[in-house]
Amino acid sequence: MAKYLLLKHYRGAPAAVNDVPMDQWTPEEISAHIQYMNDFAARLEGTGEFVDGQALAPEGMWVRYDGEGRPPVTDGPFAETKDLIAGWMVIDVDSQERAVELAGELSAAPGAGGKPIHEWLEVRPFLTAPPTITE
Amino acid sequence: MTSGVDELLLRSLTPSVLGILVRRGADFAAAEDAVQDALVEAVRVWPADPPRDPKGWLVTVAWRRFLDAARADTARRRREDLVDEEPAPGPVPAVDDTLQLYFLCAHPSLTPSSAVALTLRAVGGLTTRQIAQAYLVPEATMAQRISRAKRTVSGVRFDQPGDVATVLRVLYLVFNEGYSGDVDLAAEAIRLTRQLAAAIDHPEVAGLLALMLLHHARRAARTAPDGSLIPLAEQDRRRWDTTSIAEGVAILQAALARDQLGEFQAQAAIAALHADAPTAEETDWVQIVEWYDELTRLIDSPVVRLNRAVAVGQADGPRAGLAALAALDDSLPRHAAVAAYLHERDGNLATAARLYAEAAQKAPNLAERDHLTRQAARLNTRRCH
Repeated sequence: MAKYLLLKHYRGAPAAVNDVPMDQWTPEEISAHIQYMNDFAARLEGTGEFVDGQALAPEGMWVRYDGEGRPPVTDGPFAETKDLIAGWMVIDVDSQERAVELAGELSAAPGAGGKPIHEWLEVRPFLTAPPTITE
Repeated sequence: MTSGVDELLLRSLTPSVLGILVRRGADFAAAEDAVQDALVEAVRVWPADPPRDPKGWLVTVAWRRFLDAARADTARRRREDLVDEEPAPGPVPAVDDTLQLYFLCAHPSLTPSSAVALTLRAVGGLTTRQIAQAYLVPEATMAQRISRAKRTVSGVRFDQPGDVATVLRVLYLVFNEGYSGDVDLAAEAIRLTRQLAAAIDHPEVAGLLALMLLHHARRAARTAPDGSLIPLAEQDRRRWDTTSIAEGVAILQAALARDQLGEFQAQAAIAALHADAPTAEETDWVQIVEWYDELTRLIDSPVVRLNRAVAVGQADGPRAGLAALAALDDSLPRHAAVAAYLHERDGNLATAARLYAEAAQKAPNLAERDHLTRQAARLNTRRCH
């Protein structure tokens, strides 16, 4: 088994085929989309491949250490930041082929006009603990 | 815990059993562990062999567990001067103990998340696993949070009087967390507040209990089958739980009659006025505004003023609501959502749609975000087609 992170972006991914902002869809199209996402997660729970799924608020901040005895420095949010993560799903699957297959299904979630969004999702394998048997 | 045992009965006995152990001289942390062990044992043994006196059984088993642990501890430290004989389980001031436990678990030295976790375990009798599931954190994390909390209050004397207000804040937090995992935190908060109301005669305890009951009564009507939020005005009021409403109103009326108004009674009064309206249109918004004015005098928080602006918008029209809103900082949570709603009612659909979309961006949870996005979409598609 191998874990993969499926990353969804607010910004920074190549443009989707059906690239219409959600507030321009009809309320029914929004419901259909949410239903599709919920069903997808439920199905992966059923197959034993779901690990975690979370959504992130679009606005956050940058923070860094500013030296001994000083409070951390905060900055942002930066509207110009190129890459903005919207959320993720972690899956635990048998192969990279399966990870790609599932990301493809997730990307087919319906959007404006009830048609698949064809959204680009980033698929990143986890770095795992070393195996017990190495030779 | 599993079926075959009356879990609620078992858990309702938790605080008094724990109180008895502490009165007998057990330190709180060790006693709490021993009671948890006894609860687990009860779930295992009771289905086949139900005790005649459940509480006496729990006290006996928990005390034995405590002694075993204390002896193991003593042996380890090569000391042998600890407790040995079992005192007779005589009459105990159970109600008083229960109250002391609430105070201890909501002690001001605890952070809110620690106080919540400790209350659910020591007063509520939930297992660490159940609490962890309810708050969506790993069990090990929750176990640490609880043991740190127990260490924090270990020096607090058990018979020290506490402040009811801190207890009410903790119970309010539990209630507001709602429902996730297999533990219904809203129902649990109601149970614990009811138990507190039985232990202490206090109008604000009654006020919080009424507030919870009145909100809980609307729960079935609050979400659509697909999980989306249904705003108050659009809820099917036939699905409200009238028994819960009647109980909440009766408790509130008795509390208000004592003429010691507090924030929870005022909030419950607002909830009662909503519950009272057969349709959204028949809501007595003028009285609701008056209660918000009362509430502002009790706790002048920006959130209360924001809710008041909504009520003003209903009582005196959207322009008046927008005027009330203009006095508030627009960085407040839900400010954009309220502005969107008032603008829509005032007929500024383009502005309303823009504000709904902005509000969705700032929404603190997914259900609200989806709801606000739908509102924006509804106005945008209506304007285009």
